[in-house]
Amino acid sequence: MFKTMLALASAVVGVSTLAAPLLADGEQFLPALVYRTGPYAPNGIPFADGVADYWTLVNERDGGINGVKIVHEECETQYATDKGVECYERLKGKGPTGAGYVSPLSTGITFALTEKVPGDKIPLLTTGYGRSDSRDGSVFAWNFIAMGSYWTAADIAIQHIAKELGGFDKLKDKKVTLVYHDSPYGKEPIPALELLAKHYGFIYKGVPVTHPGLEQKSQWLSIRQDRPDYVLLWGWGVMNSTSIIEAAAVGYPRDKMIGVWWSGAEPDVTPAGENAAGYKALMLQHPAGKFAVHADLEKYVVSKGKSVAHDNFAQVLYNRGLINSMIGVEAIRTAQGKYGNKPLTGEQIRWGFEHLNLTAERIKELGFEGMIKPLKFTCQDHQGADQARLHQWDGKAWKIISDYYTAEENLLAPMVKETAAKYAKDKGITPRDCSNQS
Amino acid sequence: MLYREAGQFKASYSADMAIFPIRQDRMALYGLLAFAFVGVPLLATLHVWPFDDDYLLRAILIPFLILALGAIGLNVLVGYCGQISLGAGAFMAIGAYGAYKFATGVHIPIPWPIPWPIRWPIRWRLDGPLGGPLDWLDVAITLPPLPVLSSILLGGLAAALVGVLFGIPSLRIKGLYLAVATLAAQFFFDWVFIRVKWFTNYTPSGSVAAPELNFFGLVVNSSVERYLLCLTFVMVFAFMVKNLVRGNIGRQWMAIRDMDIAAELMGIRPLYAKLTAFAVSSFVVGVAGALWAFVYLGAWEPLAFNIDRSFQLLFMVIIGGLGSILGSFLGAAFILILPILLDQVPYALGLPLSVETVSLTVYIVTGALICCLLIVEPRGFARLWSTAKEKLRLWPFPY
Repeated sequence: MFKTMLALASAVVGVSTLAAPLLADGEQFLPALVYRTGPYAPNGIPFADGVADYWTLVNERDGGINGVKIVHEECETQYATDKGVECYERLKGKGPTGAGYVSPLSTGITFALTEKVPGDKIPLLTTGYGRSDSRDGSVFAWNFIAMGSYWTAADIAIQHIAKELGGFDKLKDKKVTLVYHDSPYGKEPIPALELLAKHYGFIYKGVPVTHPGLEQKSQWLSIRQDRPDYVLLWGWGVMNSTSIIEAAAVGYPRDKMIGVWWSGAEPDVTPAGENAAGYKALMLQHPAGKFAVHADLEKYVVSKGKSVAHDNFAQVLYNRGLINSMIGVEAIRTAQGKYGNKPLTGEQIRWGFEHLNLTAERIKELGFEGMIKPLKFTCQDHQGADQARLHQWDGKAWKIISDYYTAEENLLAPMVKETAAKYAKDKGITPRDCSNQS
Repeated sequence: MLYREAGQFKASYSADMAIFPIRQDRMALYGLLAFAFVGVPLLATLHVWPFDDDYLLRAILIPFLILALGAIGLNVLVGYCGQISLGAGAFMAIGAYGAYKFATGVHIPIPWPIPWPIRWPIRWRLDGPLGGPLDWLDVAITLPPLPVLSSILLGGLAAALVGVLFGIPSLRIKGLYLAVATLAAQFFFDWVFIRVKWFTNYTPSGSVAAPELNFFGLVVNSSVERYLLCLTFVMVFAFMVKNLVRGNIGRQWMAIRDMDIAAELMGIRPLYAKLTAFAVSSFVVGVAGALWAFVYLGAWEPLAFNIDRSFQLLFMVIIGGLGSILGSFLGAAFILILPILLDQVPYALGLPLSVETVSLTVYIVTGALICCLLIVEPRGFARLWSTAKEKLRLWPFPY
């Protein structure tokens, strides 16, 4: 009996010493809401790997952010809103200063967390997804929809179609069909597309696909009947490759399909095999492939066996994970400039986000040259950039096929303002006055 | 020895018919309620472990209480009245969206073809319009935004009405066939709340955010306040349902469950009994849905109430014990809390397992535990508890 007790006691002591260094003072805690299981895992895994590897790189190469080490913990959300909320609650208070910022990689979870982050004072970094109207920083003080919203994506897709057709006047009476994931994620672009359809005179039609998107036969049969000139694909996870396979089955030309930047990565096309050749997608600025930062990753992370990535290294979504982490880390660095080199609270990091200015020189220093354009957040503008390119799958790799497009802000900005104002009114938020903020 | 009612004499009918006739049970319940209402908020305010951050309240206790309420509601229908339902998620959704509509103001424009002498009397507008495609007609049924409490209850009432409607087939079809019929409700309302934009106030993404939780001027915001709100709802409804099932109506339900033909011959009207069961069950489930949306999620989409939610509630009822209020709580704890706890065990022990391994292991362990439980005790946790009670009464001298 005594021996058992002794063994138990030593086990407890051993376990607590194991767990102890994870919560040391002087470290910045960052939560990672990931999904490595379920129907969205093929896309969730590379992103999560990129996010984790960049944090490891900052720790290994620079010894942390200005000497402040990053500790992180992953929590599996399976892309479900209620699980995501549970994960957020689990991780938000960890570490000496709580969660620095949170990136759920799910529009549904983003909607739920948008209601919670102002109370908990934790910034919400959503790189290229989430509420399109959260660009308005005067209302959505805690959301940072970096680099692009679904509304900018819709506009750039239409711009590219116009270019292929030979001018905006050629858009008139053309049919553009949106095949979308029937969730807040897939529905976000609809108001923008309706507005653009009215403006340019093309005929918009939406075709919803129910979660998780493995059953799309009837949708594609209706597309075959309707013969749209272009199909925009707003899918995620297994839905993307299924769409491409079904398009091939009904003989819809893949080079007339344009995916959003969440439908344009390797896991979306490789399951479709030969059928995917010719398929186009928007890029959230960056392509797949290796850049200067990847050399550092190979030197400090991969060669030391500390990388969590397997065969997805330098893939599209892996690279997007790197960029997501880089923006977060640079925001923390900016905030350290004001508050000192120590673990910071979410509120202090929010200031860092709002004053983040990634110039071309800084991007080059960080090894991201060629991946992204300069990005600058302000009090009013929480998106920072509104450019994107397109790439095309040639059957083996993604090839960049366009230069940068800039979204038509004259059209979109009033819509952002209007919906943000409506949200502020519904929630009783008084928009901040951004005119006197530096 | 401790748990024995020897010496507890009942001198009146009311004492004999009390909810908890045994004094030890009563004491335990008072203790539990006192702890839940006073102890937990006190510990949370003082930040005593394990309440040192609001994770336990926000991510465990609040969803547990709400889903336990949903399980109580479903138990009325499945456990007490014997009508298998796979539509619980849909009734939660009706409660949530109904409450949302009442809380943000209802605005139904009356179409033009209806002549105005008919339209005129129903033109009772109490507040400014919320806007709609037929606004220029200036003819509409408009309700101002209602207070949150009445919205939640009206959401439950809406769910009850729909529940009665979908309960009508239960008069003709039974068992698994009824389960399929209620499944229709699930898919129908999934579709309605995705497609009919009126329910989401025409938000572009179809995701809606809950209004401010203002109860008679008191804004419920902190996790302790939210917890107390859910606890109050659960306590009131648990006592209400417990009393219903002990009374006339509950006995009718159980008679229908045990043998409907015999019950009918004894003079119980199946129409009345079954439809009341559907109404009460849907009402409670609808209130749970409104709380899930307003108090736990804050912003939600129809996916929050999909078929998985229906199965989750049904499993809670089956694992916890059909026809038992206590079972609803135990089932909710098992189905909701156990996976969350298991998910955190490897990290707490410092085991370097990846999240996907942990997440899949949780599924395997939970599934295995459910199988074990159903083999050992098919009638669920409630039955295990009552067996334990029987044993306790004889302890330490069993015969």
